[in-house]
Amino acid sequence: MARLSLEHLRKTYGDTTVVDDVAINIADGEFLVLLGPSGCGKTTTLRMVAGFIAPTAGGITIGERSVTTLPPWKRNCGLVFQSYALFPHMTVAENVAFGLEMRKIAPADRAPRVAEALRLVQLAGFDERYPRQLSGGQQQRVALARALAMEPDVLLLDEPLSNLDAKLRQEVRVEIRDLQRKLGLTTIMVTHDQEEALTMADRLVVMEKGKVRQIGTQRELYEKPADRFVAGFIGRSAFLDGEITAPSRFRTRGGVEIGCAAATGSGAATLALRPERIAVGGEAEALPNRFQARVEHASYLGAILDIDVSLSEHDRMLLQIPNKAGVAEPKPGETITIGWAEDAGLVYPREA
Amino acid sequence: MSASSRPSLGRIALNGAAGIALVYILLPLIFVTWLAFFRQEIPSFPPEGYSVKWFAAAANNQPFINGFLLSLQVAVAATLIGLVIGVPASLALVRHRIVLGPMFNTLLLLPLVMPGIVLGTALYVFQIETEIATGLPVMGSLGGLIMAHALVVIPWVVRLVTASLVGFDRTIEEAAQNLGAGPFTTFRRVTLPSIRPGLVAAALFGFVTSFGNLEMSLFLVGPGRTTLPIAILQYLEWKIDPTVAAASLIQIVLIAVAMIVTDRYVKLSRVV
Repeated sequence: MARLSLEHLRKTYGDTTVVDDVAINIADGEFLVLLGPSGCGKTTTLRMVAGFIAPTAGGITIGERSVTTLPPWKRNCGLVFQSYALFPHMTVAENVAFGLEMRKIAPADRAPRVAEALRLVQLAGFDERYPRQLSGGQQQRVALARALAMEPDVLLLDEPLSNLDAKLRQEVRVEIRDLQRKLGLTTIMVTHDQEEALTMADRLVVMEKGKVRQIGTQRELYEKPADRFVAGFIGRSAFLDGEITAPSRFRTRGGVEIGCAAATGSGAATLALRPERIAVGGEAEALPNRFQARVEHASYLGAILDIDVSLSEHDRMLLQIPNKAGVAEPKPGETITIGWAEDAGLVYPREA
Repeated sequence: MSASSRPSLGRIALNGAAGIALVYILLPLIFVTWLAFFRQEIPSFPPEGYSVKWFAAAANNQPFINGFLLSLQVAVAATLIGLVIGVPASLALVRHRIVLGPMFNTLLLLPLVMPGIVLGTALYVFQIETEIATGLPVMGSLGGLIMAHALVVIPWVVRLVTASLVGFDRTIEEAAQNLGAGPFTTFRRVTLPSIRPGLVAAALFGFVTSFGNLEMSLFLVGPGRTTLPIAILQYLEWKIDPTVAAASLIQIVLIAVAMIVTDRYVKLSRVV
């Protein structure tokens, strides 16, 4: 096990920059998740760590060892592929033993380590099966056991759960997390699934267009998103475009005046509000920002109601109300009172 | 009888066509087999009786034995050379974007479609010119013959190995490298086993093509160096007794056995 640092990694193909100045330090035993929409550079970053892609600039250090110029077979990173990539002509045991064999470990010493790895992923007794005889979930575990058996310095997971069905994914998520904690493995996982990222990570890295947008814990990302992209990507946000007119004063495009502690500086800006921070009806009465809003659309989602409202001709926003007993669904065209505290919103400079 | 249970006209026509094609392919084999057991020396119908003496005659015919051994030697060597050249060529064609790649691909398949006579003539001239230019004894040499045969093996190797590489998932190679295998070990332990069916089929078809080659070999054999097909042809110039049929039958059986054995390990119908 070791800490891992990515030092200003950059990858360009011709004029296209795929990964742009990615700098992350991962502590020993930490579970870090790279999260972002497809094409954000997260997989390229992971493949640079594994050694399959040479960075255009920057470096990678595992423990005290700089691995930037090392080929994949000398890096000692255990990678679990999205497609599992098991060797189809080898049995489960041979698959798991492959890494040990490559490290010139004697056959007699391999057997107990293979058995241990298979036991960890709850596949003891599957030694003689071939990958084609296993279900998707079992293949995924073999891939994990194969990566663990060679005792890697870091574990890399490339969307390891995306080929599993929803129910299995929930189970395997917890299993991988428990195993990672138990073994104290420094881990990087790549995913585009927000829920997966939030449940598994110690810390998350949100990436977009090759850049790191924010690094932080779940709470930091949700409560203090660094920019508008993160505010929209992690959880949901209602956005109102407008400008900062004075300290703590925000005016929307439609001329609605809002008191907002986070509004500093001046100029065009976007106000982001978490839908659950917006109170409706009687609860809104005592709040400083209180408006009459017209209901445009309401969706019944079981535990909550999603309501799309307009504050003025130009200002539409989303809010959510918990579906408590007796709450009636507002009808489109109805007017409701909504409100929020001055510290509820976050303000970002408007992006061009 | 309802209309649906009656085989349709199209189906009957299709089965009929398949039947005709099968008979067309098998008929010469059946006649050769039959002829090999005729008793009389000059084949005529109906046969005067049956005998196995021609098999003994074929097995004791020194030119046939020498020809068989030479053909075997040439076919094995040509197949090995064909694999050594063809496999890397296939890898390069499938995996790297090569300038004029499609052209090279076609070029590598060319010996397959080129008439043997044309190929033989061209190689004959080439070997003579090489011998004149370098003074090396190329013309009529065993090496020259083997290299020529390797030429007709290569298209089979490229064709079949390319086909198995196209459907090959390269992430398993990455997995091997990630687990600590260098490029050569990765190729030997992961790539090769995955393309083995294609390789086996390529070796088999290359071998058979080389073993049965007549036209091209006619130009390239030297004195005292006669392949089996040429030995059979030469025998036919003087005699038409069933010895030739017996020799052919032995050859057919050997090849058929090779294909059946291969098919046990590799389903040929899936790779070819």
